[in-house]
Amino acid sequence: MMMLDKLEMYIQYPFVRYALIVGVFIALCSSLLGVTLVLKRFSFIGDGLSHVAFGAMAIAAVLNVANQMAVMMPITIVSAVLLLRTGQNAKIKGDAAIAMISVGSLAFGYMLMNIFSGSSNLSGDVCSTLFGSTSILTLSKQDVWLCTVLSIAVVLTFTFFYNKIFAVTFDEDFAKASGTKADGCNLLIAIVIAVIIVLAMNLVGSLLISALIIFPALSAMRLFRSFKSVTVFSAALSVGCALAGILTSILAGTPVGSTIVAVDAAAFGICWIAGTIKGGIHS
Amino acid sequence: MTALLTAENLSLGYESRVIACGLNFSVGAGDYLCIVGENGSGKTTLMKTLLGLQEPLGGKVVIGAGLKKNQIGYLPQQTVIQKEFPASVREIVLSGCQGRCGLRPFYNRVEKQIAEENMKRMGVFELASRCYRELSGGQQQRVLLARALCATQKLLLLDEPVSGLDPMVADGMYRLISSLNREGITVIMISHDMAAALRYASHVLHLGANLFFGTKEAYLESEPGRLFCRAGKGESR
Repeated sequence: MMMLDKLEMYIQYPFVRYALIVGVFIALCSSLLGVTLVLKRFSFIGDGLSHVAFGAMAIAAVLNVANQMAVMMPITIVSAVLLLRTGQNAKIKGDAAIAMISVGSLAFGYMLMNIFSGSSNLSGDVCSTLFGSTSILTLSKQDVWLCTVLSIAVVLTFTFFYNKIFAVTFDEDFAKASGTKADGCNLLIAIVIAVIIVLAMNLVGSLLISALIIFPALSAMRLFRSFKSVTVFSAALSVGCALAGILTSILAGTPVGSTIVAVDAAAFGICWIAGTIKGGIHS
Repeated sequence: MTALLTAENLSLGYESRVIACGLNFSVGAGDYLCIVGENGSGKTTLMKTLLGLQEPLGGKVVIGAGLKKNQIGYLPQQTVIQKEFPASVREIVLSGCQGRCGLRPFYNRVEKQIAEENMKRMGVFELASRCYRELSGGQQQRVLLARALCATQKLLLLDEPVSGLDPMVADGMYRLISSLNREGITVIMISHDMAAALRYASHVLHLGANLFFGTKEAYLESEPGRLFCRAGKGESR
Protein backbone atom coordinates (compact mmCIF):
# COMPACT_ATOMS: atom_id res chain seq x y z
CA MET A 1 0.00 0.00 0.00
CA MET A 2 2.87 2.27 0.89
CA MET A 3 4.27 1.82 -2.61
CA LEU A 4 1.01 2.74 -4.30
CA ASP A 5 0.63 5.86 -2.21
CA LYS A 6 4.13 6.88 -3.04
CA LEU A 7 3.49 6.25 -6.72
CA GLU A 8 0.28 8.26 -6.61
CA MET A 9 2.13 11.13 -5.08
CA TYR A 10 4.86 11.05 -7.72
CA ILE A 11 2.44 10.82 -10.63
CA GLN A 12 1.10 14.24 -9.64
CA TYR A 13 4.38 15.82 -10.66
CA PRO A 14 4.50 16.80 -14.34
CA PHE A 15 8.14 15.77 -14.70
CA VAL A 16 7.25 12.18 -13.77
CA ARG A 17 4.43 12.13 -16.30
CA TYR A 18 6.75 13.57 -18.96
CA ALA A 19 9.32 10.89 -18.23
CA LEU A 20 6.71 8.16 -18.57
CA ILE A 21 5.40 9.53 -21.88
CA VAL A 22 8.87 9.95 -23.39
CA GLY A 23 10.01 6.57 -22.03
CA VAL A 24 7.10 4.73 -23.63
CA PHE A 25 7.56 6.40 -27.02
CA ILE A 26 11.30 5.86 -27.15
CA ALA A 27 11.02 2.24 -26.06
CA LEU A 28 8.42 1.64 -28.76
CA CYS A 29 10.52 3.20 -31.53
CA SER A 30 13.80 1.60 -30.57
CA SER A 31 12.33 -1.89 -30.50
CA LEU A 32 10.74 -1.60 -33.96
CA LEU A 33 13.96 -1.64 -35.94
CA GLY A 34 15.72 -3.94 -33.48
CA VAL A 35 14.72 -7.11 -35.29
CA THR A 36 16.00 -5.80 -38.61
CA LEU A 37 19.29 -4.60 -37.15
CA VAL A 38 19.97 -7.82 -35.25
CA LEU A 39 19.27 -9.91 -38.34
CA LYS A 40 21.37 -7.71 -40.60
CA ARG A 41 24.28 -8.10 -38.17
CA PHE A 42 24.11 -4.46 -37.18
CA SER A 43 23.46 -4.96 -33.47
CA PHE A 44 26.25 -2.59 -32.60
CA ILE A 45 25.15 0.26 -34.79
CA GLY A 46 23.16 1.63 -31.86
CA ASP A 47 26.32 1.75 -29.82
CA GLY A 48 28.40 3.30 -32.58
CA LEU A 49 25.87 5.95 -33.52
CA SER A 50 25.15 6.92 -29.95
CA HIS A 51 28.83 7.66 -29.48
CA VAL A 52 28.72 9.75 -32.62
CA ALA A 53 25.77 11.59 -31.12
CA PHE A 54 27.82 12.07 -27.95
CA GLY A 55 30.66 13.58 -29.95
CA ALA A 56 28.20 15.82 -31.78
CA MET A 57 26.75 16.94 -28.49
CA ALA A 58 30.20 17.87 -27.25
CA ILE A 59 30.67 20.00 -30.36
CA ALA A 60 27.31 21.65 -29.78
CA ALA A 61 28.22 22.33 -26.15
CA VAL A 62 31.56 23.85 -27.10
CA LEU A 63 29.99 26.04 -29.80
CA ASN A 64 27.38 27.09 -27.28
CA VAL A 65 24.52 26.16 -29.57
CA ALA A 66 21.21 26.56 -27.77
CA ASN A 67 19.43 23.75 -29.58
CA GLN A 68 21.79 20.78 -29.33
CA MET A 69 19.39 18.55 -31.21
CA ALA A 70 19.97 20.68 -34.34
CA VAL A 71 23.65 19.71 -34.35
CA MET A 72 23.30 16.12 -33.17
CA MET A 73 20.59 15.03 -35.58
CA PRO A 74 22.29 15.80 -38.93
CA ILE A 75 25.72 14.48 -37.85
CA THR A 76 24.21 11.26 -36.57
CA ILE A 77 22.09 10.78 -39.68
CA VAL A 78 25.08 11.26 -41.98
CA SER A 79 27.13 8.74 -39.98
CA ALA A 80 24.28 6.24 -40.03
CA VAL A 81 23.96 6.51 -43.79
CA LEU A 82 27.73 6.05 -44.24
CA LEU A 83 27.86 3.06 -41.87
CA LEU A 84 24.93 1.20 -43.40
CA ARG A 85 26.20 1.80 -46.90
CA THR A 86 29.49 0.02 -46.32
CA GLY A 87 27.81 -3.32 -47.09
CA GLN A 88 29.61 -6.25 -48.66
CA ASN A 89 32.18 -4.76 -50.98
CA ALA A 90 33.66 -2.13 -48.67
CA LYS A 91 37.32 -1.93 -47.89
CA ILE A 92 36.56 -1.71 -44.16
CA LYS A 93 33.92 -4.21 -43.02
CA GLY A 94 30.77 -3.12 -41.20
CA ASP A 95 31.71 -4.15 -37.68
CA ALA A 96 35.20 -2.68 -37.89
CA ALA A 97 33.84 0.57 -39.30
CA ILE A 98 31.33 0.83 -36.47
CA ALA A 99 34.00 0.14 -33.85
CA MET A 100 36.28 2.73 -35.39
CA ILE A 101 33.70 5.52 -35.58
CA SER A 102 32.29 4.66 -32.18
CA VAL A 103 35.53 4.77 -30.21
CA GLY A 104 36.87 7.68 -32.24
CA SER A 105 33.94 9.97 -31.60
CA LEU A 106 33.74 8.99 -27.93
CA ALA A 107 37.35 10.02 -27.43
CA PHE A 108 36.95 13.14 -29.55
CA GLY A 109 33.84 14.23 -27.68
CA TYR A 110 35.37 13.73 -24.25
CA MET A 111 38.50 15.59 -25.28
CA LEU A 112 36.48 18.55 -26.58
CA MET A 113 34.45 18.72 -23.41
CA ASN A 114 37.59 18.54 -21.32
CA ILE A 115 39.42 21.30 -23.15
CA PHE A 116 36.62 23.78 -23.71
CA SER A 117 34.02 23.14 -21.07
CA GLY A 118 33.58 25.78 -18.37
CA SER A 119 31.54 23.48 -16.19
CA SER A 120 32.85 22.80 -12.71
CA ASN A 121 31.44 19.28 -12.64
CA LEU A 122 32.80 17.84 -15.88
CA SER A 123 32.85 14.18 -14.93
CA GLY A 124 29.29 14.54 -13.70
CA ASP A 125 28.24 16.02 -17.04
CA VAL A 126 29.96 13.28 -18.99
CA CYS A 127 28.54 10.58 -16.77
CA SER A 128 25.00 11.84 -17.19
CA THR A 129 25.41 11.95 -20.98
CA LEU A 130 26.76 8.43 -21.09
CA PHE A 131 24.32 6.88 -18.65
CA GLY A 132 21.46 9.33 -19.00
CA SER A 133 21.23 9.43 -15.23
CA THR A 134 18.73 12.18 -14.54
CA SER A 135 18.12 14.01 -17.77
CA ILE A 136 14.83 12.25 -18.38
CA LEU A 137 13.49 13.75 -15.14
CA THR A 138 14.39 17.26 -16.25
CA LEU A 139 12.53 17.30 -19.56
CA SER A 140 10.70 20.43 -20.56
CA LYS A 141 7.28 20.47 -22.14
CA GLN A 142 8.93 21.33 -25.45
CA ASP A 143 11.18 18.26 -25.27
CA VAL A 144 8.17 16.07 -24.68
CA TRP A 145 6.36 17.47 -27.70
CA LEU A 146 9.37 17.08 -29.97
CA CYS A 147 9.89 13.53 -28.82
CA THR A 148 6.21 12.68 -29.29
CA VAL A 149 6.07 14.10 -32.80
CA LEU A 150 9.29 12.38 -33.92
CA SER A 151 8.23 9.07 -32.37
CA ILE A 152 4.90 9.11 -34.13
CA ALA A 153 6.72 9.89 -37.39
CA VAL A 154 9.01 6.91 -36.81
CA VAL A 155 6.13 4.55 -36.07
CA LEU A 156 4.20 5.72 -39.14
CA THR A 157 7.25 5.39 -41.38
CA PHE A 158 7.90 1.89 -40.09
CA THR A 159 4.29 0.82 -40.62
CA PHE A 160 4.21 2.31 -44.10
CA PHE A 161 7.43 0.57 -45.18
CA TYR A 162 6.99 -2.58 -43.09
CA ASN A 163 6.67 -4.96 -46.05
CA LYS A 164 9.60 -3.41 -47.88
CA ILE A 165 11.79 -3.52 -44.79
CA PHE A 166 10.92 -7.19 -44.40
CA ALA A 167 11.77 -7.97 -48.03
CA VAL A 168 15.08 -6.12 -47.88
CA THR A 169 16.09 -7.65 -44.55
CA PHE A 170 15.27 -11.19 -45.56
CA ASP A 171 16.96 -11.14 -48.94
CA GLU A 172 18.43 -7.95 -50.32
CA ASP A 173 19.54 -9.46 -53.64
CA PHE A 174 16.13 -10.91 -54.37
CA ALA A 175 14.41 -7.67 -53.42
CA LYS A 176 16.66 -5.70 -55.77
CA ALA A 177 16.30 -8.20 -58.59
CA SER A 178 12.52 -8.15 -58.41
CA GLY A 179 12.33 -4.38 -58.55
CA THR A 180 12.24 -3.17 -54.92
CA LYS A 181 14.29 -0.05 -54.32
CA ALA A 182 16.54 -1.68 -51.75
CA ASP A 183 19.04 1.16 -51.58
CA GLY A 184 16.33 3.65 -50.79
CA CYS A 185 15.01 1.32 -48.15
CA ASN A 186 18.43 0.97 -46.51
CA LEU A 187 18.78 4.74 -46.52
CA LEU A 188 15.44 5.04 -44.79
CA ILE A 189 16.45 2.48 -42.15
CA ALA A 190 19.64 4.45 -41.51
CA ILE A 191 17.80 7.75 -41.08
CA VAL A 192 15.16 6.28 -38.80
CA ILE A 193 17.72 4.57 -36.62
CA ALA A 194 19.68 7.81 -36.26
CA VAL A 195 16.54 9.69 -35.20
CA ILE A 196 15.73 6.99 -32.65
CA ILE A 197 19.23 7.11 -31.18
CA VAL A 198 19.29 10.87 -30.74
CA LEU A 199 15.90 10.64 -29.04
CA ALA A 200 16.94 7.74 -26.85
CA MET A 201 19.99 9.53 -25.51
CA ASN A 202 17.64 11.44 -23.22
CA LEU A 203 16.28 8.26 -21.77
CA VAL A 204 19.14 5.87 -21.16
CA GLY A 205 22.20 7.82 -22.23
CA SER A 206 24.51 6.88 -25.03
CA LEU A 207 26.11 3.79 -23.50
CA LEU A 208 22.90 1.87 -22.96
CA ILE A 209 21.03 2.56 -26.20
CA SER A 210 22.08 -0.72 -27.77
CA ALA A 211 20.29 -2.51 -24.97
CA LEU A 212 17.00 -0.83 -25.86
CA ILE A 213 17.42 -1.87 -29.47
CA ILE A 214 18.71 -5.42 -29.03
CA PHE A 215 17.10 -6.91 -25.92
CA PRO A 216 13.42 -6.76 -26.95
CA ALA A 217 14.23 -8.13 -30.42
CA LEU A 218 16.27 -11.03 -29.07
CA SER A 219 13.65 -11.82 -26.43
CA ALA A 220 10.89 -11.92 -29.04
CA MET A 221 12.98 -14.04 -31.40
CA ARG A 222 13.28 -16.69 -28.69
CA LEU A 223 9.51 -17.06 -28.50
CA PHE A 224 7.90 -16.22 -31.82
CA ARG A 225 8.16 -17.61 -35.31
CA SER A 226 6.86 -15.03 -37.73
CA PHE A 227 8.26 -11.61 -38.48
CA LYS A 228 5.03 -9.85 -37.61
CA SER A 229 4.60 -11.53 -34.23
CA VAL A 230 8.26 -10.95 -33.38
CA THR A 231 7.93 -7.24 -34.21
CA VAL A 232 4.67 -6.76 -32.29
CA PHE A 233 5.86 -8.68 -29.24
CA SER A 234 9.20 -6.89 -29.07
CA ALA A 235 7.43 -3.51 -29.21
CA ALA A 236 5.03 -4.53 -26.43
CA LEU A 237 7.81 -5.99 -24.31
CA SER A 238 9.98 -2.93 -24.76
CA VAL A 239 7.19 -0.56 -23.67
CA GLY A 240 6.39 -2.76 -20.67
CA CYS A 241 10.01 -2.91 -19.59
CA ALA A 242 10.46 0.84 -19.97
CA LEU A 243 7.39 1.55 -17.82
CA ALA A 244 8.47 -0.95 -15.18
CA GLY A 245 12.01 0.42 -15.23
CA ILE A 246 11.00 4.07 -14.86
CA LEU A 247 8.55 3.34 -12.03
CA THR A 248 11.10 1.19 -10.22
CA SER A 249 13.74 3.84 -10.53
CA ILE A 250 11.40 6.50 -9.13
CA LEU A 251 10.36 4.33 -6.21
CA ALA A 252 13.77 2.86 -5.43
CA GLY A 253 15.82 5.89 -6.35
CA THR A 254 18.00 3.99 -8.83
CA PRO A 255 19.34 5.59 -12.05
CA VAL A 256 16.66 5.52 -14.78
CA GLY A 257 18.70 4.25 -17.73
CA SER A 258 20.39 1.34 -16.10
CA THR A 259 17.18 0.28 -14.33
CA ILE A 260 15.34 0.05 -17.65
CA VAL A 261 18.17 -1.97 -19.16
CA ALA A 262 18.23 -4.27 -16.13
CA VAL A 263 14.49 -4.91 -16.54
CA ASP A 264 15.07 -5.60 -20.26
CA ALA A 265 17.82 -8.07 -19.43
CA ALA A 266 15.62 -9.84 -16.89
CA ALA A 267 12.83 -10.07 -19.46
CA PHE A 268 15.27 -11.60 -21.92
CA GLY A 269 16.22 -14.21 -19.32
CA ILE A 270 12.56 -15.12 -18.81
CA CYS A 271 11.94 -15.32 -22.57
CA TRP A 272 15.03 -17.46 -23.01
CA ILE A 273 13.83 -19.97 -20.44
CA ALA A 274 10.29 -19.91 -21.81
CA GLY A 275 11.64 -20.42 -25.34
CA THR A 276 13.71 -23.40 -24.23
CA ILE A 277 10.75 -25.03 -22.49
CA LYS A 278 8.42 -24.33 -25.41
CA GLY A 279 10.99 -25.55 -27.94
CA GLY A 280 11.49 -28.68 -25.85
CA ILE A 281 7.80 -29.50 -25.93
CA HIS A 282 7.53 -28.71 -29.62
CA SER A 283 10.16 -31.04 -30.99
CA MET B 1 12.22 -15.82 -82.31
CA THR B 2 13.07 -12.76 -80.23
CA ALA B 3 15.46 -13.18 -77.35
CA LEU B 4 14.40 -12.43 -73.78
CA LEU B 5 17.93 -11.72 -72.71
CA THR B 6 21.09 -11.19 -74.72
CA ALA B 7 24.67 -10.79 -73.53
CA GLU B 8 26.88 -8.84 -75.91
CA ASN B 9 30.62 -9.18 -75.46
CA LEU B 10 30.12 -9.21 -71.71
CA SER B 11 33.04 -8.97 -69.25
CA LEU B 12 32.56 -9.87 -65.61
CA GLY B 13 34.51 -9.26 -62.44
CA TYR B 14 35.06 -7.10 -59.40
CA GLU B 15 36.80 -3.75 -59.68
CA SER B 16 39.88 -4.46 -61.77
CA ARG B 17 39.87 -8.24 -61.55
CA VAL B 18 38.34 -9.77 -64.64
CA ILE B 19 36.81 -13.20 -64.11
CA ALA B 20 35.36 -13.86 -67.54
CA CYS B 21 35.28 -11.87 -70.75
CA GLY B 22 33.91 -12.01 -74.26
CA LEU B 23 30.63 -13.65 -73.36
CA ASN B 24 28.06 -13.73 -76.14
CA PHE B 25 24.83 -15.61 -75.77
CA SER B 26 21.11 -15.16 -75.93
CA VAL B 27 18.20 -16.78 -74.18
CA GLY B 28 14.91 -17.17 -76.01
CA ALA B 29 11.45 -17.57 -74.53
CA GLY B 30 10.92 -21.12 -73.29
CA ASP B 31 14.61 -22.05 -73.20
CA TYR B 32 16.22 -23.96 -70.35
CA LEU B 33 19.79 -22.71 -70.12
CA CYS B 34 22.23 -24.40 -67.81
CA ILE B 35 25.37 -22.54 -66.77
CA VAL B 36 28.25 -24.86 -65.86
CA GLY B 37 31.92 -24.39 -65.10
CA GLU B 38 34.52 -24.83 -62.39
CA ASN B 39 34.38 -23.02 -59.06
CA GLY B 40 35.47 -19.42 -59.48
CA SER B 41 34.68 -19.29 -63.17
CA GLY B 42 32.14 -16.54 -62.56
CA LYS B 43 28.79 -18.34 -62.63
CA THR B 44 27.21 -16.43 -59.75
CA THR B 45 28.80 -13.17 -60.91
CA LEU B 46 27.26 -13.70 -64.33
CA MET B 47 23.86 -14.24 -62.78
CA LYS B 48 24.14 -11.11 -60.66
CA THR B 49 25.15 -9.14 -63.72
CA LEU B 50 22.19 -10.47 -65.69
CA LEU B 51 19.94 -9.38 -62.83
CA GLY B 52 21.48 -5.92 -62.78
CA LEU B 53 22.76 -6.33 -59.21
CA GLN B 54 26.24 -5.67 -60.48
CA GLU B 55 27.62 -3.56 -63.30
CA PRO B 56 29.41 -5.43 -66.09
CA LEU B 57 33.05 -4.45 -66.64
CA GLY B 58 32.46 -4.35 -70.37
CA GLY B 59 29.82 -5.17 -72.94
CA LYS B 60 26.14 -5.15 -72.04
CA VAL B 61 23.08 -7.14 -71.14
CA VAL B 62 20.12 -6.43 -73.36
CA ILE B 63 16.72 -7.23 -71.96
CA GLY B 64 14.35 -8.08 -74.78
CA ALA B 65 10.98 -6.61 -75.58
CA GLY B 66 8.12 -7.66 -73.38
CA LEU B 67 10.25 -8.27 -70.29
CA LYS B 68 10.26 -5.73 -67.49
CA LYS B 69 12.82 -5.42 -64.76
CA ASN B 70 10.33 -6.57 -62.14
CA GLN B 71 9.35 -9.65 -64.11
CA ILE B 72 12.44 -11.67 -63.28
CA GLY B 73 12.29 -14.30 -60.57
CA TYR B 74 15.49 -15.13 -58.72
CA LEU B 75 16.40 -18.02 -56.45
CA PRO B 76 19.68 -17.02 -54.78
CA GLN B 77 21.97 -19.23 -52.78
CA GLN B 78 20.92 -19.27 -49.15
CA THR B 79 22.55 -16.76 -46.87
CA VAL B 80 23.53 -17.25 -43.24
CA ILE B 81 20.97 -14.64 -42.18
CA GLN B 82 18.10 -16.66 -43.60
CA LYS B 83 18.95 -19.75 -41.57
CA GLU B 84 17.89 -18.03 -38.35
CA PHE B 85 15.30 -15.63 -39.70
CA PRO B 86 12.03 -15.57 -37.79
CA ALA B 87 9.50 -15.48 -40.60
CA SER B 88 6.54 -17.60 -41.61
CA VAL B 89 6.37 -19.25 -45.03
CA ARG B 90 3.42 -17.05 -45.98
CA GLU B 91 5.36 -13.86 -45.20
CA ILE B 92 8.31 -14.98 -47.30
CA VAL B 93 6.30 -16.06 -50.34
CA LEU B 94 4.24 -12.87 -50.19
CA SER B 95 7.46 -10.81 -50.22
CA GLY B 96 7.94 -12.07 -53.78
CA CYS B 97 5.08 -9.75 -54.77
CA GLN B 98 6.92 -6.70 -53.44
CA GLY B 99 8.10 -5.67 -56.90
CA ARG B 100 4.48 -5.25 -58.00
CA CYS B 101 3.64 -2.90 -55.15
CA GLY B 102 5.70 0.11 -56.11
CA LEU B 103 5.10 2.67 -53.39
CA ARG B 104 1.91 1.04 -52.10
CA PRO B 105 2.65 -0.04 -48.52
CA PHE B 106 0.50 -3.17 -48.21
CA TYR B 107 -0.32 -6.20 -50.32
CA ASN B 108 -3.72 -6.27 -51.99
CA ARG B 109 -6.06 -9.21 -52.45
CA VAL B 110 -4.73 -10.10 -55.91
CA GLU B 111 -1.19 -10.42 -54.58
CA LYS B 112 -2.29 -12.55 -51.63
CA GLN B 113 -4.10 -14.75 -54.15
CA ILE B 114 -0.94 -15.07 -56.27
CA ALA B 115 1.11 -16.02 -53.22
CA GLU B 116 -1.44 -18.66 -52.23
CA GLU B 117 -1.53 -20.16 -55.72
CA ASN B 118 2.24 -20.39 -55.89
CA MET B 119 2.43 -22.01 -52.46
CA LYS B 120 -0.05 -24.63 -53.68
CA ARG B 121 1.88 -25.06 -56.91
CA MET B 122 5.10 -25.77 -54.99
CA GLY B 123 3.33 -27.95 -52.44
CA VAL B 124 4.11 -25.79 -49.44
CA PHE B 125 0.61 -24.45 -48.74
CA GLU B 126 0.18 -26.69 -45.69
CA LEU B 127 3.34 -25.12 -44.28
CA ALA B 128 2.08 -21.53 -44.74
CA SER B 129 2.12 -20.58 -41.07
CA ARG B 130 5.19 -22.61 -40.16
CA CYS B 131 8.49 -20.89 -39.42
CA TYR B 132 10.95 -20.91 -42.30
CA ARG B 133 14.01 -21.78 -40.22
CA GLU B 134 12.34 -24.98 -38.94
CA LEU B 135 11.77 -26.46 -42.41
CA SER B 136 13.97 -29.03 -44.13
CA GLY B 137 16.38 -27.92 -46.86
CA GLY B 138 14.12 -29.14 -49.65
CA GLN B 139 11.08 -27.42 -48.19
CA GLN B 140 13.03 -24.17 -47.82
CA GLN B 141 14.06 -24.27 -51.48
CA ARG B 142 10.47 -24.86 -52.55
CA VAL B 143 9.38 -21.87 -50.45
CA LEU B 144 12.00 -19.68 -52.14
CA LEU B 145 10.95 -21.01 -55.53
CA ALA B 146 7.34 -20.10 -54.74
CA ARG B 147 8.54 -16.62 -53.83
CA ALA B 148 10.44 -16.33 -57.12
CA LEU B 149 7.30 -17.39 -59.00
CA CYS B 150 5.37 -14.56 -57.35
CA ALA B 151 7.78 -12.16 -59.00
CA THR B 152 7.64 -13.63 -62.49
CA GLN B 153 5.64 -15.53 -65.03
CA LYS B 154 8.40 -15.39 -67.64
CA LEU B 155 11.97 -15.82 -66.49
CA LEU B 156 13.50 -17.67 -63.54
CA LEU B 157 17.17 -17.44 -62.57
CA LEU B 158 18.27 -20.20 -60.22
CA ASP B 159 21.62 -20.26 -58.46
CA GLU B 160 22.43 -23.85 -57.53
CA PRO B 161 18.89 -24.76 -56.52
CA VAL B 162 19.85 -28.20 -55.21
CA SER B 163 23.02 -27.48 -53.25
CA GLY B 164 22.88 -29.16 -49.86
CA LEU B 165 19.88 -31.33 -50.72
CA ASP B 166 20.01 -35.12 -50.62
CA PRO B 167 19.77 -36.88 -54.01
CA MET B 168 16.11 -37.86 -53.72
CA VAL B 169 14.99 -34.34 -52.83
CA ALA B 170 17.32 -32.86 -55.45
CA ASP B 171 15.72 -35.04 -58.09
CA GLY B 172 12.25 -33.84 -57.08
CA MET B 173 13.48 -30.26 -57.29
CA TYR B 174 14.83 -30.78 -60.83
CA ARG B 175 11.54 -32.29 -61.94
CA LEU B 176 9.65 -29.37 -60.43
CA ILE B 177 11.84 -26.87 -62.31
CA SER B 178 11.48 -28.87 -65.50
CA SER B 179 7.69 -28.87 -65.20
CA LEU B 180 7.74 -25.09 -64.76
CA ASN B 181 9.82 -24.87 -67.92
CA ARG B 182 7.25 -26.96 -69.81
CA GLU B 183 4.55 -24.56 -68.61
CA GLY B 184 6.41 -21.89 -70.57
CA ILE B 185 8.71 -20.25 -68.01
CA THR B 186 12.21 -19.61 -69.27
CA VAL B 187 14.84 -21.02 -66.92
CA ILE B 188 18.48 -20.05 -66.42
CA MET B 189 20.14 -22.30 -63.88
CA ILE B 190 23.61 -22.63 -62.40
CA SER B 191 24.46 -26.22 -61.58
CA HIS B 192 27.34 -28.36 -60.49
CA ASP B 193 25.44 -31.49 -61.33
CA MET B 194 26.31 -32.31 -64.96
CA ALA B 195 24.04 -35.31 -65.29
CA ALA B 196 20.94 -33.40 -64.27
CA ALA B 197 21.96 -30.34 -66.25
CA LEU B 198 22.22 -32.41 -69.40
CA ARG B 199 19.03 -34.34 -68.75
CA TYR B 200 16.78 -31.28 -68.55
CA ALA B 201 18.54 -28.35 -70.23
CA SER B 202 17.99 -27.23 -73.80
CA HIS B 203 21.09 -25.00 -73.93
CA VAL B 204 24.42 -25.00 -72.13
CA LEU B 205 26.77 -22.15 -71.30
CA HIS B 206 30.20 -23.34 -70.19
CA LEU B 207 32.33 -20.75 -68.39
CA GLY B 208 36.07 -21.10 -67.88
CA ALA B 209 39.11 -21.40 -70.07
CA ASN B 210 37.10 -23.00 -72.89
CA LEU B 211 34.00 -20.89 -73.37
CA PHE B 212 31.08 -22.65 -74.96
CA PHE B 213 27.52 -21.65 -75.71
CA GLY B 214 25.05 -23.66 -77.72
CA THR B 215 22.42 -26.34 -77.59
CA LYS B 216 22.86 -29.37 -75.38
CA GLU B 217 23.47 -31.64 -78.37
CA ALA B 218 26.24 -29.41 -79.71
CA TYR B 219 27.77 -29.21 -76.23
CA LEU B 220 28.05 -32.98 -75.93
CA GLU B 221 29.98 -33.03 -79.22
CA SER B 222 32.28 -30.15 -78.28
CA GLU B 223 35.74 -30.29 -76.71
CA PRO B 224 34.92 -28.62 -73.32
CA GLY B 225 31.73 -30.65 -73.07
CA ARG B 226 33.45 -34.00 -73.54
CA LEU B 227 36.22 -33.08 -71.10
CA PHE B 228 33.86 -31.74 -68.47
CA CYS B 229 31.47 -34.69 -68.70
CA ARG B 230 34.26 -37.18 -68.31
CA ALA B 231 35.65 -35.28 -65.31
CA GLY B 232 32.16 -35.09 -63.79
CA LYS B 233 31.65 -38.81 -64.17
CA GLY B 234 35.05 -39.54 -62.69
CA GLU B 235 34.11 -37.53 -59.62
CA SER B 236 30.78 -39.09 -58.97
CA ARG B 237 31.67 -42.69 -59.69
